[in-house]
Amino acid sequence: MKNPLDSIWGTIISGLVLTAILYAAVKNFLM
Amino acid sequence: MDYVPMVARWLHFLAGIMWVGLLYYFNFVQVPALKAANADGTAAGITRHVAPLALLYFRWAAVVTWLAGAALLGPNFGNAFSLAPGYAGIGIGAWLGTIMLLNVWVLIWPNQQKILGMKPATDDEKNKARRIALLTSRANTMLSLPMLFFMAGGLTHKAAFGL
Repeated sequence: MKNPLDSIWGTIISGLVLTAILYAAVKNFLM
Repeated sequence: MDYVPMVARWLHFLAGIMWVGLLYYFNFVQVPALKAANADGTAAGITRHVAPLALLYFRWAAVVTWLAGAALLGPNFGNAFSLAPGYAGIGIGAWLGTIMLLNVWVLIWPNQQKILGMKPATDDEKNKARRIALLTSRANTMLSLPMLFFMAGGLTHKAAFGL
């Protein structure tokens, strides 16, 4: 599998996915 | 009495814009521009004159951003970093910013010194340094998205979490 960080779009999409995951984790488990 | 958080917030924004602005410059402008410049033999201007100066402001803006952020957290510093109830939102932002700062000083800057010839390195070491610096810079760009999301909610994140 190609490293998503090799392309700028892969980097942005990874950042958006990570934002959604962290948001859900904070909302459901940490707040 | 309220001047410290006010000035700290101002400095945090100013330095943060410089830090993340230069991070985006590297990722969105310089990396693709260097590819084109290497192809037509004009890369020296960028690597000799632009990159070292951009890296200077980049790495010190990262330090100022972190210190101003720590001052802004003030008595809530421990609550944020321990993800205490009600502080997990800003805490995640603070942790992401801290990881990004460490990436700058531990991985990006030492490898950039090899790439730009500020530190002696063989061609093999330079190629390895290029790969590490690129991936770390991209990782920081990726981390900047959730970092800014959690920073934008402020200390309490009322809008994002309905507190």
